[in-house]
Amino acid sequence: MTTMPVPPASSGAPPMLTVGKPRRRRRGTHQAGPITYLLLVITAAIFILPFYYMLVGASRTMSEIAQVPPPLTPGGNLWHNIQAALEQQNIGKALINSVVVSGCVTVSTVLFCTLAGFAFAKMRFRGSAVLFAIAVATMMIPPTLGVVPLYKIMATLHLTAKLGSVILPSLVSAFGVFFMRQFLLQAVPDELLEAARVDGATSTRTFISIVLPIARPGMAVLAMLTFMASWNDFFWPIIALNSTNPTVQVALNNLGGGYVPDQSIILAGTLIGTLPVFLVFVLLGRQVVSGIIAGAVKG
Amino acid sequence: MSDVSSAAAAGASPDTASSTASTASGGSGEGPSSQDAPPPASVRVGERRRRTWRQRAFRFEAKAAPYAYVSPFFLIFAAFGLFPLVNTVWISLHEYKLGSEMTWIGLDNFRWLFSNPLFYNALWKTFTIGVLSTVPQLLLALALAHLLNYSMRVRTFFRVSMITPYATSVAAATLVFSELFARDAGFANWILSWFGVGPVDWRNGNWTAQVAIAIIVTWRWTGYNALIYLAGMQSISQDLYEAAAIDGASRWQQFRHVTLPGLRPTILFTIVVSTIGATQLFGEPLLFGNGSADGGAVHQYQTIGLFMYQQGWQYLQLGKAAAVAWVTFLIIVVLVLFNTAIVRWRTRSER
Repeated sequence: MTTMPVPPASSGAPPMLTVGKPRRRRRGTHQAGPITYLLLVITAAIFILPFYYMLVGASRTMSEIAQVPPPLTPGGNLWHNIQAALEQQNIGKALINSVVVSGCVTVSTVLFCTLAGFAFAKMRFRGSAVLFAIAVATMMIPPTLGVVPLYKIMATLHLTAKLGSVILPSLVSAFGVFFMRQFLLQAVPDELLEAARVDGATSTRTFISIVLPIARPGMAVLAMLTFMASWNDFFWPIIALNSTNPTVQVALNNLGGGYVPDQSIILAGTLIGTLPVFLVFVLLGRQVVSGIIAGAVKG
Repeated sequence: MSDVSSAAAAGASPDTASSTASTASGGSGEGPSSQDAPPPASVRVGERRRRTWRQRAFRFEAKAAPYAYVSPFFLIFAAFGLFPLVNTVWISLHEYKLGSEMTWIGLDNFRWLFSNPLFYNALWKTFTIGVLSTVPQLLLALALAHLLNYSMRVRTFFRVSMITPYATSVAAATLVFSELFARDAGFANWILSWFGVGPVDWRNGNWTAQVAIAIIVTWRWTGYNALIYLAGMQSISQDLYEAAAIDGASRWQQFRHVTLPGLRPTILFTIVVSTIGATQLFGEPLLFGNGSADGGAVHQYQTIGLFMYQQGWQYLQLGKAAAVAWVTFLIIVVLVLFNTAIVRWRTRSER
């Protein structure tokens, strides 16, 4: 395959199927000129430089950061700063908490959204169009609007300041339902489901034996996007959790708002908090790109 | 289990079938339950009755399954999405202090809100920062998508680098940018000093603080929107471009009369999403002000989200916070309708 952003469906199709087809002609028949390259390199640099600066600042001392001109290369103070940051604001605990929260949210989102996506993509039932329209419409509702009653619910359940308060509202996502429906529409051939039904397989059996194996690539992309979003979630965790039991983002907020005058330690904290997502991203960036594109193209 | 794989072989490409078969045989190992051969003529009555019962159960399962599959999503959404949204109205009609009972006060929260200069300040700041971040963000994204649409090498590298900011959390991005916008030894001021511009006190200026926050937002979302535009551009038929080229349209004319009309739905989508995002701005101004909900010394970057947070979780006035949330919701509805109407009207006027 070329490096075009393929819709995730084709990554789910076995390579055998694409052999017979003529290759799609490349888009943008215009060859990129030197100016295009130059502009793109500059833009890419602007997008990547803050990360580089994070590394530079996190590996320097406070006084080095305060120099004019600012340092442009990493120094040798990284380990010291990381250790200092881990002692601040429970960052160690925050990392564990974030892994637990993002892990639970990802597993449940992928499972429930695959189920719902399969029903919307391949099953006929009364009211499916209306229900799906409702699900898509909820994507547009910002979560911050219901935050006061949500807080009240969590207080009633005695969950405030506990991880459950952050996990519960994120167990499903409308985007996930939409995404899995798009994926399964293309990936699961109707004949296969028909054959299974004729053979007397129940829906559940069909789902487990036929749909799940085919859905795996889509589920992987959704898992990645969900994990990233959950890891980076800010508004609700800030409200629901406190500094004694934080997620990484809450700890970073305290680090920035606390009385740590040492910028190098703050930057070391951001480095620690960003690293897990960044690793996922470096390894699987292409899939993230295809996932964003698939989610953006309204069916 | 052979039955499923044979059926699959009949109905699908061999390799999908083989993958199915392998997973199916690795499954729970029990065959489908209603796998009866067609009954011989001398079938016993009891057996037939059992078969019809089984068929009924099978049909019921097929009918009920889709509802069972979508129910987890809708149950959780109803409990933690829809109910809070509706309940916000109810709470906004009460005095509700954190940790105490609610008392009915009718529209008092709204009266307080609409006579509060800080609320109008927050609305205005949300609007200005929103415009300062949304407009450049979408224009830059369009230009960037156009560049990415050329065929080139190292394509993937460029695309992935475009959304690294999207993968960064609000907190991390803002903390780094706060450092870059520092007054005395910040990167931004150092670069400005090359051009003889004196050190800017980004955080304490009125417009400078808003511009700094808008830059953070723009940095985070430009690449994401560019990818979405790119996807839209690639779905435009190549024939249209060829036809335009044959008619002697220049590159710019092609962009103006083929690309832009083709992108219209995508552009509407990004405008709506960015507008909603702009009304929700919270993390950037909070962390830019070192975790204070004031939004600067004279509230020069206190957005509506920050204002709500301050009422609810700093002053513990949850009823007032709910009133702010509800007003925000109405504003969003109006904005979305307004956006949609403008795009529709443009479309009609151009026909």
